[in-house]
This record gives sequence, C-alpha cells and structure tokens, in this order.
Amino acid sequence: MANPVLRGGLRLLSAFASSGLAERYGVEDQAKDLVTRAALLGVDLLQRGGSKARPSGSSDGRRQRFDLTPTESQELLRTTLRRFAAEVLRPAASEADETLRPPEDVLSMAAEIGLTDFAIPESFGGAAEERSPLTTALLAEELAHGDMALALALLSPMSVAHLVQDHGTETQKRELLGRLCGEDQVLASAALLEARPLFDPRKLKTKAKAQGKGYRLSGEKTLVPLGELSRFFLVSAELAGVGPRLFVVERDQPGLDLSPEPAMGLRGANLCRMKLRDVELSGAALLGTPDAHDHQRVIDLARVAWGALAVGQCRAVLDYVKPYCNDRIAFGEPISNRQSVAFLIADMRIEIDGMRLLTWRAAARAERGKSFTREAHLLAVQASQKAMKIGTDGVQLLGGAGFICEHPVELWYRHLRAVGVMEGALSA
Amino acid sequence: MIDLEIPGKLRSFVELANAVADGYFRPISRKYDRAEHTYPHELDLLQAAFDGLSGSGELGGAGAAATGGQKKERDPNEVVNGANMSTVLGVTELCWGDAGLLLTMPGQGLGNAAIAAVADDEQKERFGNKWAAMAITEPEAGSDSAAIRTTARLDGDSWVLNGEKIYVTCGERADLIVVWATLDPNAGRAAIKSFVVERGTPGMKLLRLDKKMGIRASDTAVIGFEDCRIPRNNLLGSEEVASAKKGFAGVMKTFDNTRPMVAGMALGVARAALERLRTLLSDADVKQRYGGSIHSGSNAEAELHRMEAELEAARLLTLKAAWMADNRIPNSLEASVCKAKAARVGNAITLRAVELAGASGYAERELLEKWARDSKILDIFEGTQQIQMLIIARRLLGKRSSELR
Repeated sequence: MANPVLRGGLRLLSAFASSGLAERYGVEDQAKDLVTRAALLGVDLLQRGGSKARPSGSSDGRRQRFDLTPTESQELLRTTLRRFAAEVLRPAASEADETLRPPEDVLSMAAEIGLTDFAIPESFGGAAEERSPLTTALLAEELAHGDMALALALLSPMSVAHLVQDHGTETQKRELLGRLCGEDQVLASAALLEARPLFDPRKLKTKAKAQGKGYRLSGEKTLVPLGELSRFFLVSAELAGVGPRLFVVERDQPGLDLSPEPAMGLRGANLCRMKLRDVELSGAALLGTPDAHDHQRVIDLARVAWGALAVGQCRAVLDYVKPYCNDRIAFGEPISNRQSVAFLIADMRIEIDGMRLLTWRAAARAERGKSFTREAHLLAVQASQKAMKIGTDGVQLLGGAGFICEHPVELWYRHLRAVGVMEGALSA
Repeated sequence: MIDLEIPGKLRSFVELANAVADGYFRPISRKYDRAEHTYPHELDLLQAAFDGLSGSGELGGAGAAATGGQKKERDPNEVVNGANMSTVLGVTELCWGDAGLLLTMPGQGLGNAAIAAVADDEQKERFGNKWAAMAITEPEAGSDSAAIRTTARLDGDSWVLNGEKIYVTCGERADLIVVWATLDPNAGRAAIKSFVVERGTPGMKLLRLDKKMGIRASDTAVIGFEDCRIPRNNLLGSEEVASAKKGFAGVMKTFDNTRPMVAGMALGVARAALERLRTLLSDADVKQRYGGSIHSGSNAEAELHRMEAELEAARLLTLKAAWMADNRIPNSLEASVCKAKAARVGNAITLRAVELAGASGYAERELLEKWARDSKILDIFEGTQQIQMLIIARRLLGKRSSELR
C-alpha cells in the first residue's frame, strides 16, 4: 500500500521541518501551503491510481461498506433456527450424548423444516437463493446454541451439499444434490480427519490409486459424523502423484467399515471410525476432475463452520452462567457481585463477539470470492483457545454443580474442546 | 449486508494516514522519545496540512468532529461509514507511526472532543478552533472520577475554581483546558460540571510536567487552580445541579466515542510491533504461513499466529463499536468491549515482540522497546482495563455500581 512519491515527499518535509529552515528563513506559510498541496496531491494520486492499485479492482469499490446487518432473509432464518435450537435441540442433547446418535425425531424434524434445502440451490431442488458461507455461519451459530453435537449432525449433510457445489461436476451436482433434498432425502457426511498428533489436513495417509478408469482407496478416517447413518460419504485421500482429493463413497461399498468411535464430546453426532480396505471406486467417484481441486478451500470453509459452531455453543455457556451466578447466593449475596466471577463473564462476552466477527469476516470474504485462508487460519487459532477457555470457565463458575450432569455446562465443556481438534467434517 | 472490509471510500484516507505515519512520525519518533518535554515543532506543519485537508473535505471528518452531531439528513436504511469509523482508522495508522506524537497533535486534544459533544453554539464559536486539553484526574481521584474535589463557586458573573489536576495531556501546550469541577463536593456526581479555562488565566498555574515511561512526545502536566476566575458562560452544559445527573451522564458519554479511539491507538502500536517482529523473525528464517495445521510449526510461528489472531479480533471489535456509533446504535457496551480487548492485547503484543526479538527488541536500536513502553498507557487512560470490565460485567449482569463494585 506504499505510495513511494507521497512517502518520499513526506519524509523530505519532515526533515525540512526538523531542520528549522522554514522558521529561520520565514517561509513557514509557504511551507505549510506546500505540505497541504502535497497531501492533497497524494490523496488525488491514491484515488486515481486506486482502480489499478487495488486488488479488488471492482467498480463498486467506493460504494463497498463495512456493515454488520444481516439481510432480511438471513434474519428470518436466524430467528426460526433460534427457536428450533431452543425447542428441539437443547432438550434432546443429553439423550443424544448417551445414545451416541441424534434422536430419530430430531432428524425428521430437521428434514421437515427442510434444513438441508437451505444448502441447495433452487435449480437442484433446494431452497437456497445463492451459495452463501455467511448464511451457513449464521445458521450454524444458532444450531450450536442448542447443542453443538446435534448441530454437527445436522450440518453434515449441508456441508456435503456445499462441497459438491464447490467442487463437483454438473453431473455430480445433479445426482448428489438431488439425493440430499426433498421428500426422500438421505443423510451424508464428510470424512476428512485422520487420527494422528499434529494432523495436517493437507497431508493425508489415506491413499487413492488410479486403477483402470477408476480408483482404489485405502486408509483410515476418524471422528466421521453420522458414521452409521449416512448413505454416502465424501472422503479425502491423497491421489498418488496429484494431491488431496475428495471421493464419493457409498456406505454399502465393499471394503468400507464403520464402527462407533465415542469421544470426549460431540457424541450425539454419531462419530465413527472409518476403515477403507481396497475400496474400488468408479472414475465418477472423484469429486470434480482430477486436475482441478481447491483443497485449501475445503480446509478453510471447515474452519469457518467450526468457528460458527464455537460461537453458538459459547453463547449458550454465557446465557447459562449469567442467571446462575445472579441467583446463586454465597456469603449473603449473589456470587456475581464478586469481580472474580463477574470478570470471567465479561471476558466471555468480549471473546465471543471477537470470534463471531472473525467468523463473519472469513465467511464474507469467501462469499465474495476473495482469498480467506489467512482469515480462516486466524479464526481457527483464536477459536481453539477462546472456546476452550469459555467452556472451562462455564464449569468453573457453577462450581460443584458444573461438574454434575444435571447442568449442561459439563457437556458444553466436552463439546468445546473439539474446536481445536476437528479439521474438516464441515463446510460453511 | 454483512461485510467486514475497510470501506472503499475510506481506503485512500487510510493510505494517506499511513503515509504520514511512515514518512512524518517515524523519522522523529526516537528524537522526541529522548527529548521529553520538548514540543515537536514539526507537527505545526503537519497540522496545517490536516487543516487544509479538512477544509477540502478529503478527511471525511476526523478528530473532534467524531463527537459532533451529523448535520445531513440521511436515509435511515442506509448504512453509514462515517466520522467515527474514519477517526478510528486514521488514529490506528497514525499510532502505527507514533502514539505520543498523535497525542500531542495541535487541535486534536480530548478537550476538543468534550467541547464538540457538549458545548452550545456560542461556545463552539469561541472554542471550536482552539486546542483543548482535558483535566479530570486528581491526586485522590483516578478511576473514581465522581470523587473529584476541585471546586467551582459562582461569584457574580464568574466561576472561581480551586483544586489540583494531574495527568493533563497537552496541559502545557493546549490553548484551553476543559476542567471537571464540582459545584458541591457533598452532592456527588450530580454536581460535577466541566469548565473551559483559557491558557494564561490568572490563578491557573502549571505546577510541573511529569516524566513518563512512554508516550514521551506528549506532555503530561500537573495544573493548580487557586481562585482561578473564569466567565460564567465557560461552563459546558447546564448550570443546574438538579438536572445534572443527566449532565454527568453527558460527560461520561464522550467516552463512548473516545474509547474506540484509544482502542484504535492500541491497534496501531501493536500492529507496528507485530509487523517489525515478523520481519526480524523472517530474517531469522521463521516464516508465518497460513492454511496448515494450527498445532504444528515452530513456537515462534505459533506465537505470531496467536498475536495476529488476537489483534484481528480486537480490530474487528473496534470497527464494530465505531460502526454502531456512525449508525446511531447505542454502543456504550461495545466501546468498553473494544477498549478492554484492544488495550490488553496491544500491550501484550508489544511486550511479547520485545521478548521474541531478543536483544534487538530490548535495545534502543529498534523502536520495539519504545512501543512496549508506549502501549501500557493505552490500557490505563480513558478507563483502565478493570474499569472496562466493571462496565461490561454490570451491563451483562444487570448490576448497579453499588452491587458490583
């Protein structure tokens, strides 16, 4: 963003002013005028050079505004899902945590309100006006305010729909998106994570080999949502000599094995270990074409979705501890009268809003076709730390009661640890 | 429609402010860090340029204009990116250059913000074009500004001020001092009013200039008032104690505008430190890359990521508070949120940068050590970290100040 002419000029003037020459020779007024004109010239240069210098280069550059107002339809969706989360997801969370899967009626109600349809464009049978990572982020936050595990379960098929739209061929879009919406919609989920320390989603041990006109997949995926319930999966694998690619794998495919893999939290999402032993796939199973795939986008949009989930679940913690700490009496007054308690709550508010804005910025950039790898990375870094702290503080503020399963904060504590662990599975 | 990029119409303004910071502030930054209490006369030339720019309308209103009312009628559905946002953005860039120099820019004092917010038309006419400092703090009243003891007594057509003020930024250099004083020390905040005292008024005395850890380019004065007599119409706002509750709330309201500004200052200083650290680490073969695992990579790289993430969160919170003010959405809570976050994150980043840069960071060869000294005050003035947390917590929990103390 340097403008060498302007910068050089200002440096010169600074030196001139420092030297005291202007005062000594009584040319202060002329000098001031000169500075003004130089500065004005600078502005002029910057503005005229703008279209060339600005990477966006768009004609609406000057009309673009900083704004935090959701559109009317986004607002409507938000309000609807806020109710759905409160009335359907929150009450079902504890049971799902124990039975290791989302209750049948939660899934059927989600289908009834046509949740996945919001991820699929009208031309493919869905209800979406446009492909919008921002709308997904807003919706994910609301769902996670109910329960993060169930939000993960419900967002999984939507995420598959997003991945198909972003990376699939026209044929794949028609076929796969059609299965995900409407009356006979099926469940689907993405298998991107692998079980090893310091996992990098760009370096996969699950391998795909070209074989005749098709592919053969071998390897192991971990913490796959809806593992026992999905009709098909998108599996990431390293295609020999090419790089990471996504493959469509049907659940009845020979060589594919799924078994429950309960974790610390997110148990209600039916997390499973996936084993692939020489799974034979047709050429059409590769999402998109072999020579064009933006895997970084897959990673980045997953981070946006997880950021949104973290915000929603953290907001649930904040909303829960506020009345609790106001009602809980110790030493003759509410514990929230103490700064050590009250400041933890204030901190939650600060960090939740910070995370939300990071999520929105990454999502908004993605939506407008701008690079957002940096923004998604910073979001992941921030969310992994702040979400965990908020989860921890939520339990701490309730004291012994927080440790007992009668209150949901222990569940949220377990859920929120996932934010720093999960890569993939979702796509905003 | 949600969009968190810098508005298109302000981008060239930001570039200009950055060019000024880089070309004008940075070269004299160390000079005035060493020459404390010497007025940076270079700023006169710059102020003239700013006046020229304001006149040309290119700045879109910065500084004190931020607190003034918007004059133009506007479509209520149209999103505004106005004076509050441009001020925060401009202040961030200039403090990326040097926070101390910005604080001592002629005509840009905090007193100017108070005058713009509270003064009537006649007063704006008299004081509007002068440089005004702000005198609130006293030796026995810091964060608890309702406890001030400086008194104002009406005598005929004059107010007579008595008391002592400390931490008056630009107290020696400004043309005017906006002084908080009480009409009745027993009446609490209801009796607190602000008064404008012109430099040279008999009875007002500069007692000393403080020596400080940082922002040394800016002078910080102790000012005494001994039977200091000022015209009756130098009181800002209403004289009545009865309606003064509103009055105090009014003066406190200026903080809604100035806190995002201070947050912006913290963002600028911290970004300067982070950018310099990144360059120094890059020379030492530590590269900051995005997109891979957030857990692998060197500790130094992870630190860069964490600091940048914190800074970005603070930046967006600050822009949000400014955006709300521009669009007339009440923002007291967000003003405190962004001040709390940006100031603490800013201070932490500048200090960590010194540490990670090693001896180069600690020695005066680099400006890193200076930024680490400068940034501390930003977590103190305009409401300390702890005061911001109290404000936020009281608001969230629905507490009175007598309950959550």
